[in-house]
Amino acid sequence: MPDSAGEPRDGAAPAPGEGPTPDRGERHGWDQLTTTPSEQGTLTGGPQDRGRPGASRRRRRGAEELMVPEAEFQSYYGRQVIHTPTWKVPDVPLYLYLGGLAGSSSVIGALADATGRPVLRRTARLAGSIGSIGSVVALIHDLGMPSRFLNMLRVFKVTSPLSVGSWILSPYSAFAGVAAAAEVGGPLLASGRLPRLAPLLPLVGPVGRASGVAAAVLGPPLATYTAVLIADTAVPTWHESYPELPFVFAGSGMAAAGGLGMIAAPVHEAGPARRAAVAGAALELGLSHRMEHRTGLVGEPYKIGRQGRWLKAAKALTAVGAVGALFAGRSRAVGVASGLALNAGSLLTRFGVFEAGMASARDPKYTVVPQRERLEARRRAQAEAAAAAEGQDAGRVGSAA
Amino acid sequence: MSASTDSRPTTGGHRKGFFDTPSPADGTGYDADHPPRMGFFTDTSVCIGCKACEVACKEWNMVPATGEMDLTGTSYDNSSMLGASTWRHVAFVEQPVPQRAPVGLGMPGIGPGPAPAATPGGGGGCGSGGGCGSGGGSSSGGLPPVADMGDFDVLSSLEGTATDPGSLPAPSAGAGEQGPSGSPEGVRWLMASDVCKHCTNAACLDVCPTGALFRTEFGTVVVQDDVCNGCGYCIPACPYGVIGKRESTGRAHKCTLCYDRLGEGMTPACAKACPTESIQFGPVDELRRRADERLAVLQEKGEPKAQLYGHDTEDGVGGDGAFFLLLDDPEVYGLPPDPVVTTRDLPDMWKHAAMAAGTMLGALALSFLGARR
Repeated sequence: MPDSAGEPRDGAAPAPGEGPTPDRGERHGWDQLTTTPSEQGTLTGGPQDRGRPGASRRRRRGAEELMVPEAEFQSYYGRQVIHTPTWKVPDVPLYLYLGGLAGSSSVIGALADATGRPVLRRTARLAGSIGSIGSVVALIHDLGMPSRFLNMLRVFKVTSPLSVGSWILSPYSAFAGVAAAAEVGGPLLASGRLPRLAPLLPLVGPVGRASGVAAAVLGPPLATYTAVLIADTAVPTWHESYPELPFVFAGSGMAAAGGLGMIAAPVHEAGPARRAAVAGAALELGLSHRMEHRTGLVGEPYKIGRQGRWLKAAKALTAVGAVGALFAGRSRAVGVASGLALNAGSLLTRFGVFEAGMASARDPKYTVVPQRERLEARRRAQAEAAAAAEGQDAGRVGSAA
Repeated sequence: MSASTDSRPTTGGHRKGFFDTPSPADGTGYDADHPPRMGFFTDTSVCIGCKACEVACKEWNMVPATGEMDLTGTSYDNSSMLGASTWRHVAFVEQPVPQRAPVGLGMPGIGPGPAPAATPGGGGGCGSGGGCGSGGGSSSGGLPPVADMGDFDVLSSLEGTATDPGSLPAPSAGAGEQGPSGSPEGVRWLMASDVCKHCTNAACLDVCPTGALFRTEFGTVVVQDDVCNGCGYCIPACPYGVIGKRESTGRAHKCTLCYDRLGEGMTPACAKACPTESIQFGPVDELRRRADERLAVLQEKGEPKAQLYGHDTEDGVGGDGAFFLLLDDPEVYGLPPDPVVTTRDLPDMWKHAAMAAGTMLGALALSFLGARR
């Protein structure tokens, strides 16, 4: 096999973005002209290093941070099979974070309203509104044709999580906005600086409350639909994570919203925020752990590369924030620090999960290996079933004779 | 493309994502007498890598260039993969294979260099339509039987009216006469023209939040340029990496299976331009039969890994409207070996999201009930 000619190149990949090169031993003519110095570099092996077409089953050596034994597979010159999502950073990961923060905050706001916690209520309502405005801005900015944002609302399709999400986000934003306006408008009207609008004052409370409840109903779907949004793709790491991802996002959103409550509300009001933060952090940490381990090879991007470092940091921050929240009942300063840690953790979780999916799209390994295994397993099962059927037939013939 | 927003059903198609049905245009709002499902059968064993399909597609559909030369440096492939501005992509796979003695197949000699004496007038059965691929090889025999590329004119070929979609031209005798791939040099070249698969259960169509993607009366999947808002959801949803976003327009674009030409009873530009009939166009049922026959021929000739790809209506996407005959595993050509429409799991995803939302609501309520303060 001429394959051996390529072995010395293992672990020395071309620069990122550059295609793989044929084996030196096989080069001739035109191929020689394309050799560039960077091809001879000693960068750590990247995805391009593998997968020359056809018989290119070989192992990558010298790669750092490898958690799973390197899979052997064939590919077309190491090129990715699916397209990398064109969604922009930070727009989309930020959207994931803001959706979780806003959605959870609205629930906290409505419950704080019902239980007489005015500062927690105000914080949560404002967070809901600002978060939803941020979400809408991020979503629109990410469109190729922002002027056509409203095209999202010309149909409702349950098969399109983005369609469902638009129909969640739009009314949510309206309700969260009204609730926040009531929060700001109440004191303004009460101050008497707008005498003409003073008659509206009695309406502010009820309207704010009703809108707050409506936003609280839409909040949890807003916080969790984003998991379906990214899971409902051919991106291997996202798709395979779909059973846990909504829970991770729900936990992450609760931790962020609880953390925000701890930052902004006084200690005596923030008890529920602290408990929400601890519960959210526990949910996020537990389900992240399960998700990263259950998914096997396609979960590898969660553990390697920069997104692996982000997710490690996210876990540390979330854990620290949750522990802090347990003690924040005694000190506002601890509450603020914990709240910041929880929000940083939530943000990093979203960026990490997002990047892990991007990495899994770029490497054909994550697309090809699981599909090939599935296909082979199915073929084996079919062959066994056929053999069993044949055996039965033979048995019948035998017994008949 | 003049698909009007209003006259096309834009929401009907998505229903098909959940159910496997062999006729994707059924039940999407068309009259019962809509045309049969049309598609491509790409027989890669006769592809010569001429890229006429790529050029014809770009010309007819006015698809812009993707950049400068875009040389990949790995093969003669300069278009890399399908995308917003690459609706046909010819893959060039150069493979080491065990050397084999040339087999006389009565083919015109087109092998590289001096032909082995064993085959009078022939250079051995190179797998892909005689495109044995060593650039400097001198032609030792006649021209390929189907077309003379020197005189081949894409545009004039496109102007010809096409056959009625219902009746297929019989493949020329020469196109079916390739033998086992491999060459005396121990290298073989596989060439394959890739295209949008026009899936029975199309993820791009399912996830499109604007209804810009729709199912045509021919069972194909088309983007309406005037509706797409460039959200980009279809791009990671496609299990084949077909549809892409074009920077200059900010919108998603892909193969339309020449929807405009089909409406006029014409053959899609790529199939019309293909000189070896590697790309065959017609009703999918007819193409499937033809593919089965062709596969049997190749297997009989000793092509061990010859396989059909995308023809199985039981596969993860319910079968493709554009399917292929490959000479090696799909991943060798950059195709996913076992693609699944992502929306197959969507009902379960929604269930999990609803449970997570419920968990969140419950946990937050408990946080407030847990203590007085």
